[in-house]
Amino acid sequence: MSAAVNPAAVPAGPHRAVGQEPVAVVGVGQTRHVSARHDVSIAGLLREAAVRALEDAELTWADIDAVVIGKAPDFFEGVMMPELYLAEALGAVSKPMLRVHTAGSVGGSTALVAANLVAARVHGTVLTVAFEKQSESNAMWGLSLPVPFQAPLTAGAGGFFAPHVRAYMRRTGAPDHIGSLVAFKDRRNALKNPYAHLHEHDLTLEKVRSAPMLWDPIRYSETCPSSDGACAMVLTGVRGAARAPRPAAWMHGGAMRSEPTIFAGKDYVSPQAGRDCAADVYHQAGVVDPRRQIDLAEIYVPFSWYEPMWLENLGFADQGEGWKLVESGVTEMDGDLPVNPSGGVLSSNPIGASGMIRFAEAALQVRGEAGEHQIDGARLALGHAYGGGAQFFSMWLVGSERPDS
Amino acid sequence: MAADNSTAGPGREVAVVAFAQTVHRRSTDQLSEVELVLPVLHDVLKQTGLTTDRIGFTCSGSSDYLAGRAFSFTMALDGVGAWPPISESHVEMDGAWALYEAWVKLRTGQADTALVYSYGKSSPGCVRDVLTRQLDPYTLAPLWPDAIALAALQTQALIDAGLADERALAATAMRSRRAAEANPHAQLRGSADVEELLKQPYEVRPLRRHDCPPVSDGAAAVVLAVGDTARALHTRPAWIRGIDHRIEAHQPGVRDLTESPSTRLAAVHAGAFDAPPDTAELHAPFSAQELILRRALDLSDGTEVNPSGGALAANPVMAAGLIRIGEAASRIQRGESRRALAHATSGPCLQQNLVAVLEGEQ
Amino acid sequence: MKTSDLLAGIPALAGAEPVTRVTIPARLDYTYTPGAAQSRFLNALTEQRLLGERCPQCTRVYIPPRGVCPTCGVATSEPVDLPHVGTVTTFCIVNIAARGLDVEVPYCYAYVLLDGAHVGLHARIGGIPHDQVHVGQRVEPVWREPDQTGVQSRPSLAAISHFRPTGEPDADPESYRRWM
Ligand SMILES: [Zn+2]
Repeated sequence: MSAAVNPAAVPAGPHRAVGQEPVAVVGVGQTRHVSARHDVSIAGLLREAAVRALEDAELTWADIDAVVIGKAPDFFEGVMMPELYLAEALGAVSKPMLRVHTAGSVGGSTALVAANLVAARVHGTVLTVAFEKQSESNAMWGLSLPVPFQAPLTAGAGGFFAPHVRAYMRRTGAPDHIGSLVAFKDRRNALKNPYAHLHEHDLTLEKVRSAPMLWDPIRYSETCPSSDGACAMVLTGVRGAARAPRPAAWMHGGAMRSEPTIFAGKDYVSPQAGRDCAADVYHQAGVVDPRRQIDLAEIYVPFSWYEPMWLENLGFADQGEGWKLVESGVTEMDGDLPVNPSGGVLSSNPIGASGMIRFAEAALQVRGEAGEHQIDGARLALGHAYGGGAQFFSMWLVGSERPDS
Repeated sequence: MAADNSTAGPGREVAVVAFAQTVHRRSTDQLSEVELVLPVLHDVLKQTGLTTDRIGFTCSGSSDYLAGRAFSFTMALDGVGAWPPISESHVEMDGAWALYEAWVKLRTGQADTALVYSYGKSSPGCVRDVLTRQLDPYTLAPLWPDAIALAALQTQALIDAGLADERALAATAMRSRRAAEANPHAQLRGSADVEELLKQPYEVRPLRRHDCPPVSDGAAAVVLAVGDTARALHTRPAWIRGIDHRIEAHQPGVRDLTESPSTRLAAVHAGAFDAPPDTAELHAPFSAQELILRRALDLSDGTEVNPSGGALAANPVMAAGLIRIGEAASRIQRGESRRALAHATSGPCLQQNLVAVLEGEQ
Repeated sequence: MKTSDLLAGIPALAGAEPVTRVTIPARLDYTYTPGAAQSRFLNALTEQRLLGERCPQCTRVYIPPRGVCPTCGVATSEPVDLPHVGTVTTFCIVNIAARGLDVEVPYCYAYVLLDGAHVGLHARIGGIPHDQVHVGQRVEPVWREPDQTGVQSRPSLAAISHFRPTGEPDADPESYRRWM
């Protein structure tokens, strides 16, 4: 693998802990992501995604043993621990219900917590759901709530991440237009995804490149939208997968890694936690050359420059070389490592759900169920999410074959 | 850490090997959240001789609404010393559910040890108002029914059903707070006798002040370990024989508030009825809730309930459930219990409940 | 199924307009406390001192101190008075106003690594056109003069108005490379 890996991050012993139940994704559902879903309540939004996942798996609520739900901060909707109010809508009454919150990575972490319930054979079939209904409150307000006793300077997430984008540009010498290339690619991909929030048919590269700077060096056009949306998956084991009407996506590896928000020597451009998380997942899946062995990646890219940054962090490119993959078209839909064929976070961003959408889109691809944005022959796909001050990472690798076969 | 192959995969035995909690107080003005959490983290690591880099998985529970700021848990993580990066997760729930997530992680075989912590600093806001934000945002929250009012409804239903009277509630409160005299971490220790308590005015009828929990700031931490790792870390691990949690409908109007079917169901799945426990640590912030839980769990007089004083003696929201598990485990580790039941609750009127059964080595 | 179709099935509600939005104001008041370490830092600001804290284990200096070294997980307690000069390690220009932020746009938001510290202080750079701000630039704090309203007597980061260039030559990149 090209990127530096902390050997301590990779556990000794077998690739995956022995005796685990293989985990299969047999149902995926999401809502059409839009800026404001006035026609549904929070419960209605979640239920829409959950019902679609159940229909995909041809299962009913009675087949679900437990529900694992995730979302970003409760302040975004103004409901404290909303899983309590959602118990009925998600068919969870008399069942176990867990609520995960790991900042922006939460959609991925939630799926991994659900997967572990199956892997540990605690439950047979688990419904996992993640959502954000940003229109119910004001997420920019939620993100910029004055942190007591700190300088009130970070206007939203863009303000927080823009200095790190500048550090990346400076460190690698990447030309200014790379961010626009990523944004243009993802928005074009989104035209093939009926669930994507942004469908900008008239977009040109020139329009992307001439958009105003919001947080210089980040342009308006290189920024994710604010969306209402939900995503759900049905996870099960070997027996459940055998009954499934459509092909399953099999989990080949999954991991979470965290590092502190701010610390002396933190590499904001390529955080160690991200490198370690990827190394762990690849190790579980027996991947030694991610660039060659992985067919496509759904990566959490809320600001376009994070695509080249994460390509390096994830070991798809050497340090300083990520932008060259972008520039040469490798990450395009028809490149040899398509990144975000769904349109990515740049085209739909229901914050708490965004990570799960990455995981779910990876699963759809290896199931051959991605529709118009299907990558031909996708057999192994990465789903990736990150959050907080680029400190929380969650990832999974899913494949079309059972990991033990 | 290498996998402990003696007990690899699902079915491996998990035990509590360390527990620590703060001295719970009405207010901890002088401490930030991480300063509140740090001592209990150090305490459990010291008890086990482990360092952060030897912990396989870390999971915490806390609430942004309680703290009054988004992403509040990210700063508490500083207390862990997450470097090199750690395998870590967080639930926006009581720490008892963080412990559950860690238990699942250990059962997969992906880790052999887990650090679980939670904290609640109620003092920055008014917890009575804050908890109203847990309710259905369209039909209930706009009415601002606070936690005490909802507990009063539940208590009145219990009285109307002939299952309790105000004297029984006062006796429960008295027994809890007198038990807390032996608990150096408790906030309210000691109580007037029942006659004296019944002379006090109502807070929200039929609840008097003694029927309600104190408002507390506090934190707790637990270390879990599997199989022989647990035996190496503690001479008397408290084995988790079963653990399960269940949720009920949210709307209090569609529930029979005098019963706790989700507690009973969780107890069935945790194997609680296989043999009677000698000790039960019940997370009952209100006196009537202890009576409801005793019935749901079929607890007889042979079971000592809340020897710690329970949530009536200290109620750091988001940590109080984890503390019940820690207290039950400590009793086993001290040789004071052979089989203990621990319970945690979340949501209005006992909406969601977790039950764990712990035992010493057979 | 559309909401109107659902309502049509219930005679009493046939023809009723669906409610698609209600505004429910909610107000909660919180009184934050900064904790021991930040209190020391904030109190020092009122005396125009920049007080960091050193980790006893890894010896790194944190400002503002948060009471704990986040990589070692141990309490920081040794106070370190830092000099009033530092280096810009990275920055962005904010052109969008966020609700609740009392700063005029555009402004330059930067990480300033004070000499002797190991983490950047979040700061605004002023007194210079934005296109002249650059990484490696040496800057110093501009303190707000104590005013009659007593704002200054309350411990707050508002004690520093912004940072401005010192005019010194740029810092050696090696001096800040590990701490950006
Ligand atoms: Zn240190």
